[in-house]
Amino acid sequence: MSASALSLQGIRKDFGETQIIRGVDLEIPAGERHAIIGPNGAGKSTLFHLISGKYSKTGGRIGLNGEDVTTLEPYAIARKGLSRSFQITNIFPRMTVFENVRCGLLWSMGLKYAFWKLVGRQKDLNERTSEILEMIGLTDRQAIPAGVLTYAEQRTLEIGITIAGGANVIMLDEPTAGMSASETDQTVELIRRVTEGKTLVMVEHDMGVVFDLADRISVLVYGEIIATGKPEEIRNNKAVQEAYLGEAPEEETETVGGAH
Amino acid sequence: MPALLGPFGIWIVCAIVLAVMPVIFSSPVSVTIMNQMGISIVFALSYNMMLGQGGMLSFGHAVYFGLGGFFSVHVMNYIEVDGWPIPLPFLPFIGGLFGLAFAIIIGSFSTRRAGTVFAMISLGVGELIAACSIIFVVFFGGEEGVSGDRTMGPPVFGTEFLKEIEVYYLTAVIVFVAAALMYLFSLTPAGRMANAVRDNPERAEFVGYSQRQVRFMSFCASGFFAGIAGGLFAINYEILTEENLNLTTSGWVLLMAYIGGIGFFIGPIVGAVLLTLLQTVLSNHTELWLLYVGLLFVLTVMYVPSGLTGLMMMHGPAMKAGRLGQLAKPYMIAGIPLLVALAGGVAVLEMLNHYNNAPVGDNVAHFFWMAVDTHNPANWAVALAVTAIGAYTTYRATPQVREAWAEANDFSEKGGDR
Repeated sequence: MSASALSLQGIRKDFGETQIIRGVDLEIPAGERHAIIGPNGAGKSTLFHLISGKYSKTGGRIGLNGEDVTTLEPYAIARKGLSRSFQITNIFPRMTVFENVRCGLLWSMGLKYAFWKLVGRQKDLNERTSEILEMIGLTDRQAIPAGVLTYAEQRTLEIGITIAGGANVIMLDEPTAGMSASETDQTVELIRRVTEGKTLVMVEHDMGVVFDLADRISVLVYGEIIATGKPEEIRNNKAVQEAYLGEAPEEETETVGGAH
Repeated sequence: MPALLGPFGIWIVCAIVLAVMPVIFSSPVSVTIMNQMGISIVFALSYNMMLGQGGMLSFGHAVYFGLGGFFSVHVMNYIEVDGWPIPLPFLPFIGGLFGLAFAIIIGSFSTRRAGTVFAMISLGVGELIAACSIIFVVFFGGEEGVSGDRTMGPPVFGTEFLKEIEVYYLTAVIVFVAAALMYLFSLTPAGRMANAVRDNPERAEFVGYSQRQVRFMSFCASGFFAGIAGGLFAINYEILTEENLNLTTSGWVLLMAYIGGIGFFIGPIVGAVLLTLLQTVLSNHTELWLLYVGLLFVLTVMYVPSGLTGLMMMHGPAMKAGRLGQLAKPYMIAGIPLLVALAGGVAVLEMLNHYNNAPVGDNVAHFFWMAVDTHNPANWAVALAVTAIGAYTTYRATPQVREAWAEANDFSEKGGDR
């Protein structure tokens, strides 16, 4: 097994007769920001679920920081330093914003299943929680139940929970989906800041975000990666243009490229 | 007032209340009722560790209560017959350990899933243990149960727990300690993650917690405290029967927690106090008391799913803003006819019950300090009319209440101060 932060070897997933992921090989070195793009139904979210342990794999191996995590449960993978967000907002709605972030920290701060320690007394834990809230800009919303936050705030909180535990591999599933242009810009900045020095894997539909953030891009079509490379390479790749980018998105990428 | 005493204020107030209650309500009957309340409080709080805190709906919680109680009463007998040197105050702890042991065994497979699967397993296990209690006569004592004598242990500070009041203070101390421990549990990592798993088990897994392990821990803690409640029961009544671990008792604890309010720590306490009062006081006045409890439960589920505590807490924002006064008048306007309607409804039910069940020749029903001839159509007409008029007036007054409520809770710039 290589020293890649994340290493996928021949990952396959069948649902009954249907092959959803048909042999994905991917090496993501530590510290890289990697985007996975592809048309709807290409299997991007499924691939995320396979990597993070939500789905069992039909075949293949997954290595995380050199360790085999192919058959581990989600919580075990999370403990090994892989943290993910979800396409659909996935928070603890009845708990306060502060507690949501704190839940993301508990395990990594070594508190585990302790029933003889009070969370209120853990100074480090609460300070770290406050720092993260400060970082994601939700400090003044910390005391309200997470379920009543606005949509964009919930997405931000989701990122906060995901990065809280200090995982070195962060996976974000469409972090800017459903956001306005200004909210998207803020979120991109946030992602850039919180993933500093970490490995980021993200699924994203907004090409502006992808070309802005990603060091490398993989294009997933019908459960296979048809190309992996630097943003310019992907943009100029004929197969990718045919299979995915088409006419309209190309224009968008032009403008983004021009802005650089 | 509690705020003045710092973070422990509310607990100090509770301790004082527990200490002076038997001075205010000193009759033997009230002491017995308060003991029963104490047992119910621990039992209902332990139940809510699962339902309210952990999101697990159990239909078999009496298993841990009952088994804790049965083991306690057996230990009580060993103390009496074999002279085991165990002072009585430790007995609930022993009951708790047995509750915990069975929770570990049963929880090891039942907490794998939450939701319907968990509920069904709890129902099955509840039924199974209740069936065992009839089959294994040696342990459960068959129909007459197992009885003991609490006074045979080594005296504690010169007390042999002969008097009910001594048992009250023992119960009060244990209730206080158990409630405090359950509250503290909710503030530990295990307790906080129980809330997280309740809210969103999937997300909890992705922050490093096994949802099953989290549920298992809440389940075990809950079983432990239910066993303590069972031990208290053994001390108070000195007898345990099949009834203490069957599905009726399991249903009763669900009622207490739910009517009180499962979303709040004090909810089950409110429910336990209220339902114990209904069980002991109301049952003296009417044989229909269980029907009323059932109606109360249905109405709670339908109209105030957050329970009685939730109903009180809803008034928090308006109270902080000093607007509670605005609600007083509309509450009176709707509340008085509502009470009239309820009184009328109760009268109809009581008359119906008496008409159907009283021996031939006994035509007079007694309720509300009245004697009513149930064979006189005029009385029926009055009762029905009172109900109808009360209900209609309440119905007419509800828009006013709604409006006042909206106004009292309108915290936008221009709202509220009209």
